[in-house]
Amino acid sequence: MSVWNPFATVAETKAALDRKQVSASELAEHYLARAEALNPTLNAYVTLDRDKTLAEARAADARRASGDTAALLGVPVAHKDIYLIDGWRTTCGSRMLENFVAPYTSTVVANMAAAGMVTLGKLNMDEFAMGSSNETSYFGTVKNPWDLTRVPGGSSGGSAAAVAAGLAPASTGTDTGGSIRQPAMFCNLTGLKPTYGICSRYGIIAFASSLDQAGPFARTAEDCALLLNAMAGFDPHDATSLDRPREDYTRNLARPLAGLRIGLPREFFGEGVAPDIARAVDAALDVYRKLGATTVEISLPNVKYSVPAYYVVAPAEASSNLSRFDGVRYGHRAERYDDLLDLYKKSRAEGFGAEVKRRILIGTYVLSHGYYDAYYLQAGKLRRLIAEDFKRAYEVCDLVMGPTAPESAFAFGAKSDDPVKMYLNDIFTICANLTGQPAMSHPCGVDDSGQHVGMHIIGNYLDEARMLNAAHQFQRATDWHTRHPSI
Amino acid sequence: MSLTTQDIERIAHLARIAVTPSDVTDVQAKLAGIFQLIDEMQAVDTRGVEPMSHGLDMVLRLREDAVTETNQRDKFQRNAPAAADGYYLVPKVIE
Repeated sequence: MSVWNPFATVAETKAALDRKQVSASELAEHYLARAEALNPTLNAYVTLDRDKTLAEARAADARRASGDTAALLGVPVAHKDIYLIDGWRTTCGSRMLENFVAPYTSTVVANMAAAGMVTLGKLNMDEFAMGSSNETSYFGTVKNPWDLTRVPGGSSGGSAAAVAAGLAPASTGTDTGGSIRQPAMFCNLTGLKPTYGICSRYGIIAFASSLDQAGPFARTAEDCALLLNAMAGFDPHDATSLDRPREDYTRNLARPLAGLRIGLPREFFGEGVAPDIARAVDAALDVYRKLGATTVEISLPNVKYSVPAYYVVAPAEASSNLSRFDGVRYGHRAERYDDLLDLYKKSRAEGFGAEVKRRILIGTYVLSHGYYDAYYLQAGKLRRLIAEDFKRAYEVCDLVMGPTAPESAFAFGAKSDDPVKMYLNDIFTICANLTGQPAMSHPCGVDDSGQHVGMHIIGNYLDEARMLNAAHQFQRATDWHTRHPSI
Repeated sequence: MSLTTQDIERIAHLARIAVTPSDVTDVQAKLAGIFQLIDEMQAVDTRGVEPMSHGLDMVLRLREDAVTETNQRDKFQRNAPAAADGYYLVPKVIE
């Protein structure tokens, strides 16, 4: 190996491996060395395990030597610390799971390992994926590699920072309300939340089961397609996994965009969006038009209720999912307690951070006797109305576009004292989780302060190949996605 | 809608989370803002709308009633705060 470019794409890495210009072991060593050098500054990784990673890399090299042609054989990847991997500590960003060693491997990670990918380590995240800035992690904040005074976004903040800083060529995240797309924007990456049910949730620590979805972070749409090919697939272990044949998400990448109809919801371009963000998005839409797409104004009148409905549904499901952390079977146990009830209460009070406790309390309240109809049922009805808005929109357009977030990467502490302010950062992303549609963010410019702007693409159910085609063609015509921090 | 300190203490008990008086004050203030946001959805007339509990309105699959998992008790119990002889240890419940 000559000097390896840590900002190489997955496609380039795969090509270099195929041409035997580099080995899986050399790649693993390269990224481990960078991670060990830069992690004290960025805090993107929670766990690195050099021996495990190098053993996996040697196994990948042996597979290649024996003629194995798995699609991503030897390409390194880092995983959000919400994915269980047998034998790896899996913390979910929480003191509750500080010493938890996963006893089995999540299906998504197993699928990626079958495709030949080598695990570089486990990535920092907001505690139990609850946050939009990576400030709720028990293991400390993650720094945005573009500007160390700003947040990387969240909840998959470590996943975004690691790839942006060249500490991994790609990573996995999860997206319950925007946790892949918003950090992808803040760190100038391409990130995809697939259709609900495409990627198995088995072995991913549950936050809100009807909203959680796994997806990739990478530099390009092409890389996201390659990664999704490896991640997706039916899994009998997940009751909501879609039983359908595997598809090749790269199949439409090369298609011209002539005839593509892009819907622009007036609700995504109104007040609340920073003017310099709106300008960057408008300029990017001009690129799409030059590539042959047409744009049409649409309206999604109920989307404004996404955030309120989400803050009923997500905490309700979280309060139920997180009831498993009882200080008995696994996780943190308080040192002193009077009886069993006191053991539960103290273990949970100590093991969970403030934001997680707030959401458990909200969820407990909205599900409690006498409030269910007013909250959970009403939120379910709004979910239906939002889904019907999109159904109407797809009669006149193929994809929906707008800014990924109303403002760019903000300073540490800017929103951490006001949960509502923090929640409103996800105002454009949450609707796709409530409906289950696929959505992604790709780099499309910078705002006046030089921070990155993301183009948000929402597609109809199972329309990932079309979304990736659009983003890939955009990336062939522009160079925003090729920029990386000088770190 | 605003939650009283008694409401907070009640839901904290239901959620099995110990709270101190200063926790209650802080949670009360933060939840007041959050419920103001949530209550915006009460303005929508949703009579006759079928609630959607799930993005894809799918039907849960059935499977053969057959054993598919093997016993891995020892492996799982390695993560337990206190276990002995295959049991999870908790404070005495019955005198």
